[in-house]
Amino acid sequence: MEHRSRIATLVSPPALFLIVLFLLPIGFMALFSFRVGTFGETRNMFTLDHYRDFFANAPLLRLLWRSLLISFWVSIYSVVLAYPIAYYLVFQGGDRKLLLLTIIIVPAWVSYLLRVLAWKVILGSTGILASFIAWIGLDPRESAFLLYSSDAVTVTLVYVWIPFVALPIFAALERIDPHLLEAAADLGCTKFEAFLRVTLPLSLPGVVAGFLFVFIPTVGEYVTPALVGGTEGVMFGNLIQDQFLRGLNWPVGSLMSLAMLAIVLVPLVVFARFFKISDIAGV
Amino acid sequence: MRLKKMFSPGAIYYWLLAVFLYLPIFLLIIFSFNDSALLRFPLQGFTLQWYRDLRNASELLEAAGNSIVVGVFSSLAATVLGTMAAIAIVRFNFPGRNLFVAVSALPLVIPAVVIGVALLILFRQVFDWDLSLWTVGLGHMVVNIPIVTLIVGARLAGFPDNLEDAAMDLGASYWGAQLRVVLPMSASALLAAFLTAFTTSFDEYAMSVFVVGTESTLPVYMYSLLRFPRRLPLVVAMGGLIMAVSVIVIMFAEWLRTSGERK
Repeated sequence: MEHRSRIATLVSPPALFLIVLFLLPIGFMALFSFRVGTFGETRNMFTLDHYRDFFANAPLLRLLWRSLLISFWVSIYSVVLAYPIAYYLVFQGGDRKLLLLTIIIVPAWVSYLLRVLAWKVILGSTGILASFIAWIGLDPRESAFLLYSSDAVTVTLVYVWIPFVALPIFAALERIDPHLLEAAADLGCTKFEAFLRVTLPLSLPGVVAGFLFVFIPTVGEYVTPALVGGTEGVMFGNLIQDQFLRGLNWPVGSLMSLAMLAIVLVPLVVFARFFKISDIAGV
Repeated sequence: MRLKKMFSPGAIYYWLLAVFLYLPIFLLIIFSFNDSALLRFPLQGFTLQWYRDLRNASELLEAAGNSIVVGVFSSLAATVLGTMAAIAIVRFNFPGRNLFVAVSALPLVIPAVVIGVALLILFRQVFDWDLSLWTVGLGHMVVNIPIVTLIVGARLAGFPDNLEDAAMDLGASYWGAQLRVVLPMSASALLAAFLTAFTTSFDEYAMSVFVVGTESTLPVYMYSLLRFPRRLPLVVAMGGLIMAVSVIVIMFAEWLRTSGERK
C-alpha cells in the first residue's frame, strides 16, 4: 500500500506532463489532419480529402521519397566513415582510446546551427572554398556545384552526424570478448575472415543503432536543407514547416507530420523487437 | 615501433577524420577575427571589431538573455520531473512500467519538427494561448525530461538501494531517505543532467521556431540574421563565444557524469 502511494507520487507528475504536452498534442495533430481548414468555420468540418490528395500528389510523394533517400545515404555514409574510427580506437587505441574518442565527439557539442552555418560559409559561391580555390590560382567555378544542391545537404549532414554514430559502434565493439577472436584465429580464420564472421556480426547492434541515430533526426531535417540545399535540396521537413509558418494549411501540414512520425516509428519498433534496448544505451 | 604505430593506416584515417571534423569550426573562428564583412579568402588582417560590435547588438543580447532564462527554468523543472521518473523506473516495478519507460524516451527519437508542430496546434488551437517564452520553455521540457531521466537513471542503477533501506531502518521516512541519501549521492549526475538539458535548450532551433512568440531565443534570432549578409560576421562572433562556453559546460557535465560512475 505504502509502495503504491510512493510510485503514484513519483510517476504521476512526469507522466501527467508527458501526456498533456507530448501524447495529447500528437493526438490532436492526428485529429487535425481530418479537418477541412485551419481557421473559422472550416475548423469543425472533417474530411478525408487531404489523405486522398496526399496519396494522389505524385510530386509530393517523389519529394518524400527523395528526402528519405537523402536520409538513408547520409546514415550509410556516416556509419561507413565512423566504423573504422570505432574499430581503430577499440582494437588499436590502447590506453588513450577514451581520450581519442572524446576528441571525435567534442565537435558534436558545438551548436548545431553554427556547424551548418560553417558549411554554408565554406560552400558558398563567394565563400571560403571558392575564394580559396581562386586564391591559389584555380578556377572556382569547378567547385560551385556544391552549395544549393542535395550533395551539399548530404555532406553537411554527414559532417554533423559522424560523431553520434561513432559512439554506439564503439560501445558495441568494446563488448566483444577478445577470446572469441583468438578462438577464430586458432580455428584457422585469417584476420579478415575473423572480422567478417565474428567482429562484424557482433557489432551489428551498434551499427544499426548508429544508423537509426542518424536516420531518425535527418528524416525530420529542414534547417540544413534551408541553409545549404537550395531548391534541389528541399526535404520533406521543409514542406511541413511551410504549411505551418507560411502556407497556413495546418490540416495538410498535420497529415505530412503524421506521415513523418509513422516513417520514423516503423524502424524504431523493428529495432526494439530484434535488439535489446540495453545494447544501445550501454556506453 | 612507435613510429610504425603513429603511421598505421588506422591512425592516419583517424587524424584525417578529426581534421575534417574540426576544420569547419576553426575556419568559422578564424573568420570571426577577420577584418572584412565578407567571409572569403584571402584573410584581411586581425580585428576584434565583430566582438566589440556584439556589445551594441542589443537585440542579440536580449535573445541570449531569453535563451538563458528559458534554459535555466526548463532544465530545472525537467531535472525535478525527470529525476522522479528515473527513481520510479529504476527502483520500482509497477503495472505500465514498460509503457512509461517507452513514452518517457520517445521525445528523444521523434524529429523535432513533429513535436514543434504538435505543440503549436495544442497551444494555439486547443488552449488558445499566445506564443511566448513560456510556450518555448514547455516545449523544451518535453525533450529535457527524457535527457534527465536517462542520465540520472544510469546513476541510480549504479548504486544499490540498501543504503536508503539503511537510512529508513535508522528512522528516516522514505522521502527523507530520498532527499538526504539518494539525491546527495547522485548530486553530480543531477548537475550533469541539468547542464546537458540546459545546453540542449540553449541550442534548440528546429522545435522552438514553431512555438516562439515575439520574444526570440538566441538560435531563432541568429537564424533570422542569416538573411542579412552584412550581419554575418556578428553572428559568427556570437557563435565563437557560444562554442567556447558550450564546450566548456559540456566537458564539465561529462566529467561530472563519468566521475561519479567510476567511483
